[in-house]
Amino acid sequence: MHNRFNLKAWLLLLPALSFLIAFTHWPTLKSIWRSFTWAKSDVAPSQFVGLENYQMLLEDPVFLKVIENNFWYAIGTVPTSIALAIIMALWVNSKIGGTSLLRLAFFTPTILPMITVANIWLFFYSPHIGLFNQLLALVGIEGPNWLGDPDLALSSLMVMTIWKEAGFFMIFYLAALQTLSPELFAAARLEGAGAWRIFRKITFPLLMPTTLFVLINAILNAFKLVDHLFILTKGGPNNESNLLLYYIYETAFSFLDSYYAATLTVVMLATLAVIALVQMLLLDRKIHYR
Amino acid sequence: MKILSKYLTTVGVASILGLSTAATAATDLTMYYPVAVGGSLTKIVDGMVDKFEAQNPDINVNAIYAGNYNDARVKALAALQSGSPAQLSVMFSIDLHELRNLEAIVAFDDVVSTNEEREWLNSFYPALMENGKADGKTWGVPFQRSTIVMYYNKDMFRAAGLDPEMPPTSWEEFISMGKKLTTKDDSGTVQQWGAMIPSTGYPYWMFGALTKQNSEVLMNQEGTETYFDKPGVVEALEYWQDLGNKHAMMPKGMIEWGTLRQNFLDQKTAIMWHSTGNLTTVKNKANFDFGVAKLPGNKELGSPTGGGNFYIFKDSTDEEKKAALKFVKFMTSAEQAAHWSKSTGYMGVGPNAYETETLKAYLKTFPPAAVARDQLTHATAELSTHEAGRVRKFLDDAIQAALTGQSSAEEALTDAQKQAERILRRYK
Repeated sequence: MHNRFNLKAWLLLLPALSFLIAFTHWPTLKSIWRSFTWAKSDVAPSQFVGLENYQMLLEDPVFLKVIENNFWYAIGTVPTSIALAIIMALWVNSKIGGTSLLRLAFFTPTILPMITVANIWLFFYSPHIGLFNQLLALVGIEGPNWLGDPDLALSSLMVMTIWKEAGFFMIFYLAALQTLSPELFAAARLEGAGAWRIFRKITFPLLMPTTLFVLINAILNAFKLVDHLFILTKGGPNNESNLLLYYIYETAFSFLDSYYAATLTVVMLATLAVIALVQMLLLDRKIHYR
Repeated sequence: MKILSKYLTTVGVASILGLSTAATAATDLTMYYPVAVGGSLTKIVDGMVDKFEAQNPDINVNAIYAGNYNDARVKALAALQSGSPAQLSVMFSIDLHELRNLEAIVAFDDVVSTNEEREWLNSFYPALMENGKADGKTWGVPFQRSTIVMYYNKDMFRAAGLDPEMPPTSWEEFISMGKKLTTKDDSGTVQQWGAMIPSTGYPYWMFGALTKQNSEVLMNQEGTETYFDKPGVVEALEYWQDLGNKHAMMPKGMIEWGTLRQNFLDQKTAIMWHSTGNLTTVKNKANFDFGVAKLPGNKELGSPTGGGNFYIFKDSTDEEKKAALKFVKFMTSAEQAAHWSKSTGYMGVGPNAYETETLKAYLKTFPPAAVARDQLTHATAELSTHEAGRVRKFLDDAIQAALTGQSSAEEALTDAQKQAERILRRYK
């Protein structure tokens, strides 16, 4: 009886499990193995080289720049888009008319594919013929080269990402807000609590499960979403806007060096795993589940 | 009923047998090709493929548009490693060394068998064959080839008091005319720039022109050495820097490849350096009088060649290789090359293309189409080495660092040279 139950369970899990193993566990193990080997080209037999690839990482100025960029990119986009998402959700949560149009406006960036968004923003950011600089020219200011100035390139990317992501997170917050019991707020108002106090003591703590989910998503996206780099800056100028995943793509497919790419991949996996662990452990304590 | 069903079965079996014999006679070819310039080039390619299939009913060609040069290479190589490889593709002419290292392609010398085919292999412009030859054999055959040309706005020349039929031919003239063509409004904001040379996308390609004009080459033929820190090369980068920083005739910092043509069409710049592959689109969209000229020179005139070649993959049957050769011969034949050149602006790949009525008549009515070809006498091979992608990126990064003022030209190029030497050491 016990055996039969196990077999059935495993069989039911098999389809999902096979996908998981084929697309997640197996490639991860293969990448880790590959990062310890090297060969002159993809057709030559590979040899075990130990930590040599990892040593190359530390000597690679582009790798260090890319890690730094990703760090700032995450710091810049994650808290901002979450804050914006909460604000938009609170605004749009009321029952007055016109909010459905507002919700549509906030959510539209999410519907568009990243490549489309990037192409649109390429023309927004264009120095002479682009929207922003033409508007600035109307008031007599000469707009900068948003994507070409090494000091501005990464920040310009961040602004675009926040624009795209905030609407997506807003949906989750909106759903969570609508599950909150209105009695809590009525009670708080009766006791004379102001709006900010209500938010800090009631709304935000109750939204913690959503915040944890959104936080994980946002940080993952800060590493995963690099489609816009292909259109906007290709990591330039001079690697100022280069991100880890784009560098991995370049190494694997432009430089055709799958061994070094595997090493970079292992670094990215380790980083994301650590971040996820930290979030789970740290924030789990602060969350009130019902 | 029974007789009817027996009849139908016989007919069915017979037709299946008939169809299968017909199917085995046809050869199916899959091909990836890139488009790196704007315009509806995919439609033109499809038209040419249809014409070939009409003339050769026993060959089916599935031409798949694969993005830009990087994407096309990625897709073709991925297809090779999967179960359904392509038999031929158009890819960057400078992918040669890497494709050979991957043992992915065959030399055309090994596929041609008749004298007529050998003659065809020798019928191209020698300058266009440089990037496709290695070890004395030809591995890539020119298809969509270009040089950089200088597009200029004749109306703006007239407005600045310059002769629209005399574009700059030297570095000094380029500066003096560029300065005259740069106009500002009352508050000092530039309304119109003298010139724009793109520094994103393919900066190393633009740089290849400046260095040739200074009589320098960037690498050796075998692809095992680079010469980024030679004094003449540093000088060329300093000249590029000065155009924006010292002479203020070009925007400082980065100039985007993808929006450059639009900048020219919107008349934000009087001159642009761009691939001749944009010519037909510019011709169709410009609502002003424009001209095309050879790039200005310093010690000599010069431009690198650019563009894509046909490659035949090793992983295919002999029959497929023969069919692929037939297709490549068709696409590069005089009439087809002429049609391609007229429709896009890419140059005719061999002198015989320019002997056709199509191009002879076209050049009479539209002389700019001849500039890219005329510049071939001053052409140099495009930057191509082992690990080409990596080495190119070192040079691209150095150019961008110098143009944005993050480092001096000499520092940036010395650094790039050091890194390139580190990588290429293993291939000597």
